[in-house]
Amino acid sequence: MDMKSLYLLIALAPLAGSIIAGLFGWAIGRRAAHVVTITGVAVSAVLSIKVLLGFLSGNAEVFNGPVYTWLTVAGQTYSVGFLVDSLTAMMLVVVTSVSLMVHIYTIGYMHEDPGYQRFFSYISLFTFSMLMLVMSNNFIQLFFGWEAVGLVSYLLIGFWFKRSTAVFANLKAFLVNRVGDFGFILGIGLVLAYFGGSLNYTDVFAAAPALASKTIEIIPGHSWSLMTVTCILLFIGAMGKSAQFPLHVWLPDSMEGPTPISALIHAATMVTAGIFMVSRMSPLFELSDTALNVVMVAGSITALFMGFLGIVQNDIKRVVAYSTLSQLGYMTVALGASAYSVAMFHVMTHAFFKALLFLGAGSVIMGMHHDQDMRNMGGLRKYMPITWITSLLGSLALIGTPFFAGFYSKDSIIEAVLASHLPASGFASFALLAGVFVTAFYSFRMYFLVFHGKERWMEKGHHDHGHDDHDHHHGLGPNDTPHESPWVVTLPLVMLAIPSVLVGFFAIEPLLYGHFFKDVIFVDALRHPVMHELAEEFHGPVAMALHSLTTAPLWLALSGVALAWFFYMKAPHIPAAIKQRCAPVHSLLENKYYLDEIYFAVFAKGSRALGTFFWKIGDMLLIDGLLVNGTARLVGAFAGVVRKLQTGFIYTYAATMVLGVLALVSYWILPLVLH
Amino acid sequence: MGLTMFTNLLSLVIWAPIVAGLLVLATGGDQRAGLARWVALVGSVASFLLSLPLYTSFTDLHGGMQFEEMRPWIEALNINYHLGVDGISMLFVVLNSFTTVLVVLAGWQVIEKRVAQYMAAFLIMSGLINGAFAALDAILFYVFFEAMLIPMYLIIGVWGGPRRVYASIKFFLYTLLGSLLMLVAFIYLSRQTGSFEIASFHDARLAMNVQVMVFIAFFLSFAVKVPMWPVHTWLPDAHVEAPTGGSMVLAAITLKIGAYGFLRFALPIVPDACHYFAPAMVALSLVAVVYIGLVALVQTDMKKLVAYSSISHMGFVTLGMFMFSGTQLNAWAVEGALIQMVSHGFVSAAMFMCIGVMYDRVHSRNIADYGGVANKMPIFASFMMLFSMANAGLPATSGFVGEGMVVLGAVQVNFWYAFLAATTLIFGAAYTLWMYKRVLFGEVANSHVADMKDVNKREFLILAILALMVLGMGLYPQAFISKMHFSVNDLIAHVAQSKLVDH
Repeated sequence: MDMKSLYLLIALAPLAGSIIAGLFGWAIGRRAAHVVTITGVAVSAVLSIKVLLGFLSGNAEVFNGPVYTWLTVAGQTYSVGFLVDSLTAMMLVVVTSVSLMVHIYTIGYMHEDPGYQRFFSYISLFTFSMLMLVMSNNFIQLFFGWEAVGLVSYLLIGFWFKRSTAVFANLKAFLVNRVGDFGFILGIGLVLAYFGGSLNYTDVFAAAPALASKTIEIIPGHSWSLMTVTCILLFIGAMGKSAQFPLHVWLPDSMEGPTPISALIHAATMVTAGIFMVSRMSPLFELSDTALNVVMVAGSITALFMGFLGIVQNDIKRVVAYSTLSQLGYMTVALGASAYSVAMFHVMTHAFFKALLFLGAGSVIMGMHHDQDMRNMGGLRKYMPITWITSLLGSLALIGTPFFAGFYSKDSIIEAVLASHLPASGFASFALLAGVFVTAFYSFRMYFLVFHGKERWMEKGHHDHGHDDHDHHHGLGPNDTPHESPWVVTLPLVMLAIPSVLVGFFAIEPLLYGHFFKDVIFVDALRHPVMHELAEEFHGPVAMALHSLTTAPLWLALSGVALAWFFYMKAPHIPAAIKQRCAPVHSLLENKYYLDEIYFAVFAKGSRALGTFFWKIGDMLLIDGLLVNGTARLVGAFAGVVRKLQTGFIYTYAATMVLGVLALVSYWILPLVLH
Repeated sequence: MGLTMFTNLLSLVIWAPIVAGLLVLATGGDQRAGLARWVALVGSVASFLLSLPLYTSFTDLHGGMQFEEMRPWIEALNINYHLGVDGISMLFVVLNSFTTVLVVLAGWQVIEKRVAQYMAAFLIMSGLINGAFAALDAILFYVFFEAMLIPMYLIIGVWGGPRRVYASIKFFLYTLLGSLLMLVAFIYLSRQTGSFEIASFHDARLAMNVQVMVFIAFFLSFAVKVPMWPVHTWLPDAHVEAPTGGSMVLAAITLKIGAYGFLRFALPIVPDACHYFAPAMVALSLVAVVYIGLVALVQTDMKKLVAYSSISHMGFVTLGMFMFSGTQLNAWAVEGALIQMVSHGFVSAAMFMCIGVMYDRVHSRNIADYGGVANKMPIFASFMMLFSMANAGLPATSGFVGEGMVVLGAVQVNFWYAFLAATTLIFGAAYTLWMYKRVLFGEVANSHVADMKDVNKREFLILAILALMVLGMGLYPQAFISKMHFSVNDLIAHVAQSKLVDH
């Protein structure tokens, strides 16, 4: 099989599964639907691993070629095509392996749901879209994948479409993403207009260096760097998809969707598309320090301030969601520090441990009979041992425990930002270090509340429950005991726990300091020597772990865990007291800085008010009322007047005629006389 | 045999549906409605099949007119029955013949009174529209252009809703008013060139003040048809009152004739005036995109909402056609405008069909009367999701191709044009998906919704065909765009040449 067919098969196998399950799910039944979709994704996963192994061993060649001509304009051909290099290969494995785990998990999680086949069809369609995104060799197909994953995200957030909260959340997610896409398409437009008329990555990147100092006048009289404007517009797209402040508001609400897709789409893969895109565009971003600063600031704000919000959540999924936002901020900061490979490294480790945490949360939710409120949980480690251990491993990876996957990627990000010389790096360093403490605190707050302490559902009985279900019996009664989930649920947890622990240790050297991303990610080493400085200090993964004992992040993380233990295990009255003392701060956090309210009042209500104004005043009153029907009335009125002239009396006609002749004659004669 | 058929192919494509329409009329009253339906279906399918060789035998190896026919008509005035299509008009003849089949199917069970007349009106209109797209003589064009008003006027006026009389008169007067000035312009141009050949108009050298006058005449007649802001208010009224089939043809085809007029007449005949007025045209188009997009957002009537969304989408067509860099039209924008015209033909027809499907069950167009339809009509909900996404310009649907190309072309001309045009990504999604949410999602809202049955085979067929076209065009627009390259390039080259008389 030649490489092109292989790559086509990787992309199309999940699509085939999706089409079969989607269009014929009613005929083939539930079992066949999951068999066919899982087979499709498994084929992709196996082939993707084969591709990645090829790149790891150095035997594989970069593939860059068209599949078919999409359109031709002005003599240029724009094709659907694949670019498969080491960056793509890594994403292929991350996407297909997490997707495969989520597919298997779904058998258990959704087995009572009437939309079973539809759900499998959607998640396979998502896998296809995401693969098209990461395999693209041009901007148009990138945009296709970009919007297609947005579509599936929309469909899946609103999967339980009867629930008003779900269909509110999915519309919000789509529209906020569209704001990002608005910037993205304009950025693509600038690329098309100024980079030589091609939209293929290789052509665009080849044209970029010559345009480094080109300026354009977007506002007449103001010259801006073309590269800066282009990169910022492209990054606006990334801000939408990767939920960076201020376009992050859709991600917490996306938790309305079933938990498997929270893991797949809203943690492991889709939301990292923005990070992937910026890494792919490194030859452009490297040419604009301004853009890199913008990237870094957006990332730092997201990393720290979204972490704060994770502290006050009581819904188990929302804690993980805010944690995802914060971690995406870390990745974005790494991009800003020109440490693209580190960002991609964190994309990979985060994909595993965050998918694990989400699926673990889902398993807890199942054990709790679809109650998501952590205040009703506690002591679950006795009842759900596999979920407990794997969630603990995931949490340890998240907070950056030495030797765990998250440690290597997160510590590298912090080192990179400390080494960066950009003006924004000062603020970013502070935000990330503070974020380490916050991350550890909210992660272990969740961990202790869920798995340790008293079994609170026994005390509270039927409480206001979460809403990750559509039927009416939620939550555990005082006499119920939670049960460990079936093997289709726990197997993916174990399978994801393995890389969450191990992948960092083995991958850091080839990914960051080896040849893996050479020639794929471009860094201007003279102006942004961050990776060189990191390489000089790196002496292997063991040394790095030991060295961490003497650095701030580890101690910040440890104190976060300790504080969480103290607050939620030892002295639970303290957080309650703090909550009371600092009520304004708490309500600020509880209301997510009031951004949702502000956006709703300004944008949603504002555009509706403007629309009503244009409609009632512009269309109905001015155009239709005054001009159109006004003309009709005018004609009517005029006719009424004219009718009065038609008296039928000969003398009126004669008098009119005489007057007319007089008027005409004076019109002709008067000018002559006056001359 | 093939040769003789091909030499008269355009005539066949024009007259076959008209003859079929007359045959349908001949079936008589409603006691033979079944026969009328079948004759209409056979006639429309046959006409569509006849139009297909226009696409398949159309050569994209050179520009110029193909399938030309020429017979003297009124020799005293040098008026000819001259037909022909280039890569631009050919697509619309096929699209129109295609839409007619769907429209006949759409009215199959829904129309119960005066069935023969209803079907005949559509068939005859189809032939007249084909004539307008194929005419190469200005008077011939004018005759077809005006004649097609009559069936549409009847369709709205006879089979329309409660306010059909107001709507049909508004539609008729609005569109008639503009086109009279076009006739004056044609007569003036023929005095200058000695014939009514559109091609000779293209070659006529005209002074600037003349060009301005002629442009205004063309503008008034075509802008109303498109419709451009601010002469758009007839369209929502017409759509709301028209039966589903009428809305489908109105949106899919009739609006395109206005845009086609700009391409065939205004741009090549008075290029200097077009260049002069381009900023104003761009401004009006952008008003259509932004202002109308916002107006669509607050509509409570589904048909009005889609009608406003049509105006907003047609804004991209006029925007793309007047995207000058210097005297050079931008190829991305012009081809994008054409693709948008074809795509809008599929998407708007599909949206009106979807609303028609729901209207037939609940007899309301009010968004507030619905809710949770997806519970009862899952297949329908899937189709409508696809079409809504196409309406919101999602890549891989035809809706993206045209709008995306116009936006990408606009960036090359002026960043702010693109900026304003691209707001459709947000507004288009907002008004379409918000409507979808309120109508399809949620719990079953009331007993009427609870009684809704999913699509029947006939509805499924129509929606499935449209879905294939929407997806096919989104995934492989080259099938459409390769046919138009030469014609567009010729147009761009022609428009770049100033026609001002040397003084």
